Amino acid sequence: MRTHWQILVVDDEEVMCESLAAWLREDGYLVDTAPSGHEAVEKARERDYAIYFVDLKMPGGMDGIETMMQIRRLHPEASIIIITAYATVDTAITAMKEGAQEYIVKPCNPEEISLLVSRIIKVKNLQRENTILRKKLSRQYSVHDVISKNPKMHDILRLAHEISSLRSTVLIQGESGTGKEMVARAIHNSGERAAKAFVAVSCAALAETLLESELFGHEKGAFTGANQQKQGKFEMADGGTIFLDEIGDISAKLQVDLLRVLQERCFYRVGGSEEVRVDVRVIAATHVNLQQAVADGKFRDDLFYRLNVIEIRIPPLRERREDIPLLAHHFMERLSHELGKEVGDISEGALKVLMDYNWPGNVRELENAVERAMVTCRSQSLTEDDFSFLAQNGVTKHLAIPAGMTLAEMEKLLIQATLQRTSGNIKESAAVLGIDRSTIYEKIKKYEIPR
Amino acid sequence: MRYLYVGATPEVDREALMAVRERMAAEFNAPVRELELAAIEFALDRGRRQYGSIPVLELLSRVCPADALKLLAVTERDLFIPVLTFVYGHAQLGGRVAVISLARLRQEFYGLAPNREIFLERAHKEALHEVGHTFGLVHCVDRNCAMALGTNIRQIDGKRAAFCVSCAAQLRRRPRELEK
Repeated sequence: MRTHWQILVVDDEEVMCESLAAWLREDGYLVDTAPSGHEAVEKARERDYAIYFVDLKMPGGMDGIETMMQIRRLHPEASIIIITAYATVDTAITAMKEGAQEYIVKPCNPEEISLLVSRIIKVKNLQRENTILRKKLSRQYSVHDVISKNPKMHDILRLAHEISSLRSTVLIQGESGTGKEMVARAIHNSGERAAKAFVAVSCAALAETLLESELFGHEKGAFTGANQQKQGKFEMADGGTIFLDEIGDISAKLQVDLLRVLQERCFYRVGGSEEVRVDVRVIAATHVNLQQAVADGKFRDDLFYRLNVIEIRIPPLRERREDIPLLAHHFMERLSHELGKEVGDISEGALKVLMDYNWPGNVRELENAVERAMVTCRSQSLTEDDFSFLAQNGVTKHLAIPAGMTLAEMEKLLIQATLQRTSGNIKESAAVLGIDRSTIYEKIKKYEIPR
Repeated sequence: MRYLYVGATPEVDREALMAVRERMAAEFNAPVRELELAAIEFALDRGRRQYGSIPVLELLSRVCPADALKLLAVTERDLFIPVLTFVYGHAQLGGRVAVISLARLRQEFYGLAPNREIFLERAHKEALHEVGHTFGLVHCVDRNCAMALGTNIRQIDGKRAAFCVSCAAQLRRRPRELEK
């Protein structure tokens, strides 16, 4: 991936600066130039370059060594190549001692520079890939990994940082795919519990009894098949954080059990009589409106207040469209490493398609869309055509509602159309329709809608 | 109608010039015109005994005919840019003018017996490479492609005198520039 890497050439002689920059540009790198050490440091302050070519002798009280030292103060990992017309052993030794990666004498052999640059870029690519893979492996997201320029998101991230060291329960509300788990992990990783476990449980994925044993563990012989004692997720998360996703979907009985854990910080394993005490921070998340669920009597108000000590509401992607280009570029960069495909650019037209789309599945849907486009795209740049599949999903079909139709018939028609639009994705359809998953299942059954 | 101009300084090997000219016409599918260029002594750096490619490109920009799609100059003089010991050629990336030097393309330069075929093949590759830059192409990762970076003669010999599928596709995507 050449295109992502930027190079800074620092030389007081314009012709040197520009000729090296032009030569590197022919190699596909983005190259910036600076006529003095001061300006180079200013540029380095704004962004980190993959490679800095710095001329040793520059007027204005700041020579190459001094420039290099200041850049290294800003970016300790910077790869700096000192260039000089006057080679002496002393200057070479000084440059290398101060941390120059290489020392070259101009005029230099094109092969030498080309090998040097490709060697450094190779290492940088490996380092970046390593960081990405490591993050992916451990999912050690921090507040800085949340990509957004939306003011609401910035408030959320500030709040996440502030509360990271408290033990207070957090309730994260947001549509599916908005990044609730990512924010939860960011809270966990910014606080004192970072070194301890972060345990995520999806409450919607399991039946009530299974979820109970999953959360609290069970004793040997507690039920058929329980042939040994098992630790629950609460115990595993001791000292750390438990993330309870889809909390709105838990049964009335589990709501009571959970309330007790939150109040007393202790519980019993299924089939057990021994009290287990834990120090766990609870972060709960839901895509349904819990206040509404409380008002409808489906969710205990006392549990809601216990959970809702700190409330975070993540806005859906359509309410922070300014983040779409940022996120699209981020996913492209990450995916080009993962897919091993050099797709470095996205056209204006393609960005417009992305900006206009409604994103019912939010950031996750955007990520999937970018991946799909990158897999099928045949050039190094994503165009409108690569996202044509969105137009098919996104077109709002106008439903004909002839007078004489009953409300029930209309509801059936709308559910059918929504399912079609989301390619049968229940979670997404429920989110679009503003109902919860169990309701959509009931209605599909009631209206005998084929899936 | 816009033409692809191929210019030569007075000392240039005429047969090589003809070969490059024909190759350009076939590759870029545009009518080619010839342009006589003056000697480039003004670009001589006496200390290095080489010719600066930057002042040559500046001159080419000034003399580039109005109906030129691109102008490729061919010279026998050894070219350099200040930071490098030499260049085989130089182009304005995405611009209109480019220059190639035949000086280092002959077997004799490396102390070997002359070989006309090898020399002309190298000239073709360099011409395609530099003109490719004027169409905005950057170095290609495919080592066989004419747009691959060549910093020594072995690398130039390793490429084919043709664009790879991807570079050719990028050239095709600029049809308006070629038709104007």
